[in-house]
Amino acid sequence: MNHLNLNLTWFIIVGVLFTGYVILDGFDLGVGALHLFSKGDHERRLMINSIGPVWDGNEVWLVTGGGATFAAFPEIYASVFSGFYLAFMLLLLSLIFRAVAIEFRSKFKAKWARQFWDISFSISSISSALLIGVSIGNIIWGVEFSKQKILSMSFLDLVNPYSLSTGILTLALFMMHGSIYLVLKNEGELQKKARRWFHYSMVFFSLSFIFVSVITLLYIPHINEHFKENVIWLLLPFTGILAIANIPREIYHGREFGAFLSSCFAIAALTSLVGIGLFPEIIHCSNNPKWTMDIYNSSSSQKTLAIMLNIALIGVPLVLAYTSCIYYVFRGKVKITKDSY
Amino acid sequence: MDIDVLSLSRLQFALTIAFHYIYPPLSIGIGLVLVLMEAQYLRSKELIYFQMTRFWVKIFALTFAIGVATGIVMEFEFGTNWAFYSRYVGDIFGSALASEGVFAFFLESGFLAILLFGWDKVSKEMHFFSTCMVALGSIFSAIWIVVANSWQQTPAGYHIVGEGINARAEILDFWAMVFNPSSVDRLIHVLLGAWQAGAWLVISVSAYYLFKKVHREFARKSLKISLSIALICSFAQILSGHESALYVSKYQPVKLAAMEGHFPEKAKADLTLVGWVDEEKEKTYAIGIPGMLGFLLSGDFNKEVTGIKAFPKELRPPINLTFQYYHIMVAIGMSLFGLALFSCFAWFKGFLFTNKILLALLISSVLGPQIANQVGWYTAEVGRQPWIVYGLLKTSDGISEAVTANMVLSSLIMFALVYILLFFLFIFLLNRKIKAGPESLDSLREKI
Ligand code: HDD
Ligand code: HEM
Ligand code: HEM
Repeated sequence: MNHLNLNLTWFIIVGVLFTGYVILDGFDLGVGALHLFSKGDHERRLMINSIGPVWDGNEVWLVTGGGATFAAFPEIYASVFSGFYLAFMLLLLSLIFRAVAIEFRSKFKAKWARQFWDISFSISSISSALLIGVSIGNIIWGVEFSKQKILSMSFLDLVNPYSLSTGILTLALFMMHGSIYLVLKNEGELQKKARRWFHYSMVFFSLSFIFVSVITLLYIPHINEHFKENVIWLLLPFTGILAIANIPREIYHGREFGAFLSSCFAIAALTSLVGIGLFPEIIHCSNNPKWTMDIYNSSSSQKTLAIMLNIALIGVPLVLAYTSCIYYVFRGKVKITKDSY
Repeated sequence: MDIDVLSLSRLQFALTIAFHYIYPPLSIGIGLVLVLMEAQYLRSKELIYFQMTRFWVKIFALTFAIGVATGIVMEFEFGTNWAFYSRYVGDIFGSALASEGVFAFFLESGFLAILLFGWDKVSKEMHFFSTCMVALGSIFSAIWIVVANSWQQTPAGYHIVGEGINARAEILDFWAMVFNPSSVDRLIHVLLGAWQAGAWLVISVSAYYLFKKVHREFARKSLKISLSIALICSFAQILSGHESALYVSKYQPVKLAAMEGHFPEKAKADLTLVGWVDEEKEKTYAIGIPGMLGFLLSGDFNKEVTGIKAFPKELRPPINLTFQYYHIMVAIGMSLFGLALFSCFAWFKGFLFTNKILLALLISSVLGPQIANQVGWYTAEVGRQPWIVYGLLKTSDGISEAVTANMVLSSLIMFALVYILLFFLFIFLLNRKIKAGPESLDSLREKI
């Protein structure tokens, strides 16, 4: 391979976009999942306003990841989105309710109305996390489809024990990630509570992480091959585990920001593990491995990939620049003002 | 199941996009109004412009939130319901959608944070810059999505590889794809429609305050800004609509014939004003200006125009629908321009702010651009049938094979219910914000 391998490049870019999504929207969804544990209107407003200015931008990572998949791997976009139809419709329902709940909650004065939006916000965050996890689980496990790449699995086939456990793992991960973010953005009573939530969700996450890792090692041989072939790759799970172990240490020493970075790193390590495990396949065909969709047979033409690479090279630095500016503007602890949600 | 996946998927797509398209024009339009208002504030330092900006930012936040919530549905829906179509066009269409994410959505949603929550965190100039970026981002998203849709109307810069079920469109020339024959004209038309939607909303609310004799200074100033936008855009919209008709006549003659209800294979054509098409008898009952269509298209009253009968039945779109949608849009376009012109005359003569009848008319005017925007898209999309990609792929071939009618039916019912709820909440909150009016100048003085 003497020229730039565009398919591989796009596999990585799409991976980076979804990793960005999981890291950024991960803490939003985590905050949402923890929302009902907070008590009283003031505390709940603090929760929502912790993510107030950033949640919309975070969700754009999903939109762009979807768009990039459409453009770079249309075959995958078409097969997976139509094949996971009901799961994705539920995900859309959740995302709609979440967006609307954040926006509308503060517009209502009545207690019951706020309660309704609180519940919507929390349930839709939890279900989004679960559905994302279930989808990832199915992609790791492999799915059944015909030669024409038409998925032949019902909703109930998709919700199998393995994907359920990755769903729960994702929820636990987001809750842990979100609780650290809350510790970082708040002070006083709520910060204390968030620390407590962190302890519980850390335990919850560790248990489900161990559980899912063991099953994956035992039952999904095709995902482990790279690691057997090339031991260097084993550094990745190793550093991932170190990062995870580092999180409680940082929290214990009161370095919330360090904990948050560690948690971001751990998420990136996990998604890279999935990426390397799959590579060069994207959707493994479990009824006939010959039909498996990989980064070559499901991609757009080389020309499109090249054009889009230019677009990405212009666009992504801009995006990163102003995204960091905006996080910088809203740094520091949350304060409720007249303009807050 | 009697109803098939195809009809259900079409119904669902039409419902979700039509609902989505209530909000983006408002966001794009209010975005422009905000830029002008905040620029006035920076220039004149008059507090009242600050008051105006803050008021309209709140309304903007509302339309934007629902625009986002319903937009994500659209992004997924190509894959979920139109899998074959997505495979077919992915090589071309995908890059436009991905560009929309990278260039438009990040810009909008990022700077939106500063627009909404950054009042005390950044300088006035920086805040104004953010407002401009949000407005610009919303225009970018219109650009890319209109490019994608225009490619599907007038494909260019591609070739077809593979055959039968494996056929796909592949890109040959990116810029030919972007500047396909219809994209620039319809982008202009769409943006003008969006700016009108925003401007007439502001006009309507200001007229309401003047009618009720509350917040008068605020209302007068808002009305002047928005009326100026409306006058310019409503005039330009007629010209741009004319340009649109030109490319339609060139690239989609059967659509134009349907828009005008013109059946004879080759004959002089009238410009119909109102009418009814009997598709069975292939006859149009209409009042029109003789020969005017030919004149508009080529400057010659005797010019012969191709009619619907020149096309086989299976390649014709629903004719009466296309005809009616189109005529409603044009009627509204003309009326809006008339209303804007007359209001400016009234402004000049000094009775704009007091004449109750005129104010009542202006209050109801907000519906005009909304309806015109909707029926405009219906004209373009229904008139394109039976093609999903014009001349290349039939709508009936574009659907997802993995999806069953029951699945689509359940998601359709879900969207219908959720969107009805959203719509009522939107109207309720909008109404309440308008009734509450702008913040008092005193409370704002403390803020700065
Ligand atoms: C990027 C592509 C795109 C864009 C920007 C739009 N459409 Fe569209 N539209 C389609 C792509 C499409 C489609 C995927 O091609 C559909 C689905 C089924 C079909 O026939 O075309 C369609 C169908 C479709 C139908 C049903 C037509 C029929 O089945 O007879 C309606 C009423 C609309 N659209 C309305 C709109 C509105 C109000 C839009 C304003 C935003 C709009 N479309 C933008
Ligand atoms: C079928 C076509 C369409 C798709 C797939 C689509 C997709 C989307 C998506 C995913 C979002 C949410 C982005 C976010 O999270 O910030 C969105 C919002 C938006 N869309 Fe669409 N859209 C479509 C049609 C249109 C059209 C025709 C226009 C304009 C002419 C438009 C203009 C906008 C704007 C301005 C927003 C920002 C939100 C708002 O202003 O309310 N869209 N769209
Ligand atoms: C006043 C005279 C008008 C004329 C002659 C006119 C003409 C046209 C034509 C010919 C099309 C079809 C283009 C196609 O099929 O590709 C169209 C589409 C459209 N029109 Fe108009 N129009 C007028 C006014 C308006 C107004 C006032 C609005 C909204 C405020 C509007 C909004 C739209 C939209 C959103 C579309 C669909 C997008 C597109 O295809 O460009 N139009 N118009």
